Amino acid sequence: MNKALLVLADGTVFEGTNFGAAGEAIGEVVFNTSMTGYQEILTDPSYKGQIVSMTYPQIGNYGVNGEDAESAGSVKAEGFVVKEYLDFPSNWRAGTGGVESVSLGDYLKRHGTVGIERIDTRALTVHLRNFGSQLGIISTVDFNLQSLLEKVRSHPGMAAVDLVEKVSTARPYQWQEDCRPWCRATEKEKDLLKVVVYDFGVKYSILRNLVAQGFTVTVVPAATPAEEVLAMDCDGVLLSNGPGDPTTVTYAIENTKKLLGKKPLFGVCLGHQILVLAMGGQTYKLKFGHHGGNHPVIDLETGLVEITAQNHNYCVDLGSLRGQVRLTHKNLYDGTEEGMRHVELPVFSVQHHPEAGPGPNDALHVFGKFREMIGGVA
Amino acid sequence: MPKRTDIKKILVIGSGPIVIGQACEFDYSGTQACKALREEGYQVVLVNSNPATIMTDPEMADAVYIEPLNAEVLEMIIDRERPDALLPNIGGQTGLNLAVELAEKEILDKYNVELIGARLESIKKAEDRELFKEAMHRIGLEVPASVAVNSLAEGLEIIKDIGFPAILRPAFTLGGTGSGIAYNIEEFKTILESALELSMTHQVLVEESVIGWKEFEMEMMRDKKDNVVVICSIENFDGMGIHTGDSITVAPIQTLTEKEYQRLRDASIAVMREIGVDTGGSNIQFASNPVNGRTVVIEMNPRVSRSSALASKATGFPIAKIAAKLAVGLTLDEIPNDITRETPASFEPAIDYVVVKFPRFAFEKFPEADMTLMTQMKSVGEVMSIGRTFKEALSKAIRSLEKGNYGLESVDGDLNELRQSLRIPSSERFWSIAEAFRRGLSIEEVSELCGVDPWFLFNVRQLVLLEKEIENQAIGKKGDEVLLPPELLRIAKENGMADRRIGDLLRVPEGTVRNWRKQYGILPVYKMVDTCAGEFKAYTPYFYSTYERAVYQADGQAALAQSEVSDSGRQKIIILGSGPNRIGQGIEFDYCCVHAVFSCKELGFEAIMVNCNPETVSTDYDTADRLYFEPLTAEDVLNIIELEKPAGVILQFGGQTPLKLALPLWQAGVKILGTSHDAIDLAEDRKRFKELLHKLNLRQPESVTATSVEGALALVKSVGYPVIVRPSYVLGGRAMEIVYDNESLRDYMRRALAASPEHPVLIDEYLEDAIEVDVDAISDGIETVIAGVMEHIEEAGIHSGDSACSLPPHSLSSAVVEEIKTQTKALALELNVLGLMNVQYAVKNEKVYILEVNPRASRTIPFVSKVTGIAYAKLAAKVIMGRRLAELGMSAEVEMPHVAVKEAVFPFNKFPGVDVILGPEMKSTGEVMGIDEDFGLAYAKAQAASYNRIPTSGKIFISVKDKDKEQAVNIALRLARLGISIIATKGTAGFLRERGLCAEIINKVAEGRPHIVDMIKNREVDFVINTVTGTQAQKDSFSIRRSALQHRVSYTTTMAGAEAVVTAIEMLCRKQLHIKSIQEYHRQVTNKL
Repeated sequence: MNKALLVLADGTVFEGTNFGAAGEAIGEVVFNTSMTGYQEILTDPSYKGQIVSMTYPQIGNYGVNGEDAESAGSVKAEGFVVKEYLDFPSNWRAGTGGVESVSLGDYLKRHGTVGIERIDTRALTVHLRNFGSQLGIISTVDFNLQSLLEKVRSHPGMAAVDLVEKVSTARPYQWQEDCRPWCRATEKEKDLLKVVVYDFGVKYSILRNLVAQGFTVTVVPAATPAEEVLAMDCDGVLLSNGPGDPTTVTYAIENTKKLLGKKPLFGVCLGHQILVLAMGGQTYKLKFGHHGGNHPVIDLETGLVEITAQNHNYCVDLGSLRGQVRLTHKNLYDGTEEGMRHVELPVFSVQHHPEAGPGPNDALHVFGKFREMIGGVA
Repeated sequence: MPKRTDIKKILVIGSGPIVIGQACEFDYSGTQACKALREEGYQVVLVNSNPATIMTDPEMADAVYIEPLNAEVLEMIIDRERPDALLPNIGGQTGLNLAVELAEKEILDKYNVELIGARLESIKKAEDRELFKEAMHRIGLEVPASVAVNSLAEGLEIIKDIGFPAILRPAFTLGGTGSGIAYNIEEFKTILESALELSMTHQVLVEESVIGWKEFEMEMMRDKKDNVVVICSIENFDGMGIHTGDSITVAPIQTLTEKEYQRLRDASIAVMREIGVDTGGSNIQFASNPVNGRTVVIEMNPRVSRSSALASKATGFPIAKIAAKLAVGLTLDEIPNDITRETPASFEPAIDYVVVKFPRFAFEKFPEADMTLMTQMKSVGEVMSIGRTFKEALSKAIRSLEKGNYGLESVDGDLNELRQSLRIPSSERFWSIAEAFRRGLSIEEVSELCGVDPWFLFNVRQLVLLEKEIENQAIGKKGDEVLLPPELLRIAKENGMADRRIGDLLRVPEGTVRNWRKQYGILPVYKMVDTCAGEFKAYTPYFYSTYERAVYQADGQAALAQSEVSDSGRQKIIILGSGPNRIGQGIEFDYCCVHAVFSCKELGFEAIMVNCNPETVSTDYDTADRLYFEPLTAEDVLNIIELEKPAGVILQFGGQTPLKLALPLWQAGVKILGTSHDAIDLAEDRKRFKELLHKLNLRQPESVTATSVEGALALVKSVGYPVIVRPSYVLGGRAMEIVYDNESLRDYMRRALAASPEHPVLIDEYLEDAIEVDVDAISDGIETVIAGVMEHIEEAGIHSGDSACSLPPHSLSSAVVEEIKTQTKALALELNVLGLMNVQYAVKNEKVYILEVNPRASRTIPFVSKVTGIAYAKLAAKVIMGRRLAELGMSAEVEMPHVAVKEAVFPFNKFPGVDVILGPEMKSTGEVMGIDEDFGLAYAKAQAASYNRIPTSGKIFISVKDKDKEQAVNIALRLARLGISIIATKGTAGFLRERGLCAEIINKVAEGRPHIVDMIKNREVDFVINTVTGTQAQKDSFSIRRSALQHRVSYTTTMAGAEAVVTAIEMLCRKQLHIKSIQEYHRQVTNKL
């Protein structure tokens, strides 16, 4: 067992041991309260720039598989913090679906992601809750605390860095796969509704659910000019989830402005924030963000509560939009605004993750709403 | 949505006596529900036959009825109280079934009572196997292939398609009663016949076996707006084929990926909606094929359950409380989460620890029982433990069980035996698994043999390897040289290993390990159970211990606090709970502990509860000011004491569990409140106690101690037959026998000495046909007040916990009662009792003998309290904390015009092959109470409440041993006068006829057909009176008693019981039962001055 350290920017030191890749990782340390779904979390591009600490203490139990990755290429999180890593996957899907690894440890190694275990993750969680999320470093090579602190403190951090460009696709592509067998895809006729997805770091689950709704899906790079998208003759545009501060993605905000009123728009997470910014509104940073799969969100149109997947550090202030939109969803934990519908245009968005992956499927129907809004047969 | 204003009074039905499959969890849920409903401003009428519950305290409901749970009595109560609504899903299967019966008999309609929480159709859809299957198919979920049958013939037809092994499940039963696995046609017939008999609807599901599949449970809640949430997911360590109540279970689910988990969640939500549980909690079970993930729904319980109690304790989400509020129209988003205060109850708890539930069995009480675990539940209790890892929680669970295990102790036997014990699930299989790894078997092989998921086995194996590594440290070293490297000790503690186990492995005392830990600074930290994994600030002081690596500041400044317990600055009292339910120590002691907590709070102390039983009211975080969910071992308790620094610790309410800790706590300098440790020892030490009685000039049955066969034969002469014999090393009547002659004594001595040569055998004079008396008293050291004198119905020699008893005594002379009271007071004074004391006496020929003194809360305290309306446990706690009885207004005993009878309830129906004969070994799991204006009616009610209904007409079968025949004449005569006809076997009938009584003769089983068992099966007999002596006679008549049990024909196996039954019949023929709330009874109680 090799020693590893996690040092927070405020000087708090956690000693543990290394699993996954050895080396160093710097990122904003956030905690996620999901009890399952570590593979989805690690591969969710929204975690770019962040070190994820799982509050659930037993990680690695079911290994990894090819189906559960939420993005292509690699693990997106910068580092991984757990209480106990169990190097003994037991699940019939472990190692299946075109993945080279069976165990999580091996998976992280292959992707060069540093993991640290034996950490009092609850103390870490409470600390982040009390003092806010902050940068941290995991190291398996440098145990000099001053040196580690310097590295953390000289890191530019999350603010003012465009993380979207790091995770967005380089060129457009078509997406075919739906979400079966894991959700019940609606057996509708494909009526050739076309949707363009702006990839700010899109999760596969979003794409799968669009296909499941009968959409033909084209994914385009984050910086694709609006004109090009308009020229693609699509029926609607989805602004995807993604990492970081929405105000740094200025090109996306500008492009969205140009699409408003021209195409039906649906924003998810970062896409939701970008919509608000494009309409002239404001966003703000939360103390320690929402990361987990148990947040209750009330749908103000139906009065029903949905248990949702959440993963964001920033939040919108709909008051700043002065009546252009109606609040449709509210987080019942802290009252933050998590969904809106434009009062005139076919534009709506949610802050949470209706696509789940990981998280409950309570809000999946939002994809159907998108279809309805565009005029498709729901 | 606001709560309903069109209903004002709500009827809640409890679950009755503690039986296997239905234990304290329904006291917990019922208590929560009653509190929640009253908090919302509703009047609550509660009915439960079990006096040992907190829910039947007069403070818990506006009207509490301790009455038999049957439709007739319920109708009388409904007629009297006129409730607007009935909440059916709080009182377990008993409450649910009764609600269904009341609805189907149109009693609810007649009195305009609305079922709230669950509609009749929903209950039926969930409980009726065939309807359930159809419903699942409608929503596209798979269930194991199965067919519901209503007769043996149908079953035989069906089994051709289903194939073997097949699982049989009767509809509408609890704890899997009557269910089983049939591997061949013979087994199939046997199980099916009995299952059809046991099902309320004579319906049995014959089901495709999914043995060995993974088993999962989901605890769900739904409100009337159709919000549905998962409260907790549970994975069973033991796969399908073992009742979940008998399985080690783990929360949350460990081996499912996110997608698989969400699929279960979606399915669970779909089930909730399809079945149509309007509001409240339900439990849904799934099985999943480990090879391909194929998942099927096994069953649903549309009510709170054992699992929901576990889920509540595991997550901090109070399911029953919320369910009650949902039933009156509130919605999840309108109810705040108590724990965070700011967030609503419409969420899914996130936990950042692992919870393990481990069942506790009582096979030692039923040596004839089949110990194999299967679909019918056999465990009598359970423990829960919390740790940051599965290994830590598992280790803590092992020592919480109090069965002498502190870790993965080795198991004897060769490899073949070991493999066999892995194949056959039993209460001890867990240790066989560990042994298999110690002997080098692979995870694959062990998994193949026992069907446990390799992930769990990997963890067990890690623990085994760790134990080995520790053990290796002592190799070649002598006592003082042994030392454990700090890092290894830290790892051991992180894995939950007990100091005691580490000490055993190294052959050093537990205290040495404790000292090392302190020296190295390896101390537990206490984390909070907060429903949200630390995401929000929590207020509920509910803690568990764990070991974490220290966090520090780079600049050397103080580190952040890893322990979440803050000092309130108040004076604290710690109350130790009673651990897992077992036969001999059950809900009665939890009741007492809860009362002690109430007293501490009333006197302004901060009450701190320590316990590990998830079923109980004491482990509701709402009960004490602080709850530590921890094992009740010296190590774990001392850790808490060192942290909390209480003003004192109270041990006398939790039964033997805390008392066993008296010595180590006292040695560690802990202030123990109440009766001194020395007084406890004085009462328990045979020799010292004998001297004490001698000093007080009190009488005790003669006794001697023998260490050899010859010695015993010589010594017994001074005592005289019959004698009670028992080995000195076991308590609670275990391995006790009554011996009438030299031959039997010789035989017993040989067996006892073979089993344990180092322990002497105790030989006591047996006072045959003596009346046993139980007395509870309270003393403040100066004054002693008698709480209750209870006359047992069954004679001395039958364990006091198994005997019915009457309060006040129904046949003892007042001189004897006075003598007993005087002796009790003298003993209390001499022992310096501070708090409660229980004395057991035997009375023979007007002479009083002392059998036993226990200077602590007894099993009968709740019963006495319910009958008298005086909360003696609460008073005792106050006395312990320094109040005088006089100050508390309790300077005289009370009198009442009513009579109450407590009756024991037995788990015989769960153990085929076990005889129902009572003896010195305690076998009952629970109790009921009957209360009325005279003994006969109270006894009749107690019998009805224990499902042993007394007939007032028809036929009574009598077959008694020779010694009882004279007495049988009197009984038969009284019965004849009531118009009841007698049937008897030849011997008894002949005897009765000689005395001029009519008796129909029926064949014994060996005498040809039709015989008595045929008559019982045909229900041509209404009551069975059967007493036997000697092994052969017992064997011959076994089928009579067993078939009576199985075919639900009431019976008694003692003459004293028969006498009481006849008295009850006489009363029932003359008078009506009276229905009154205990509040009304309590108003009749007067002080005796």
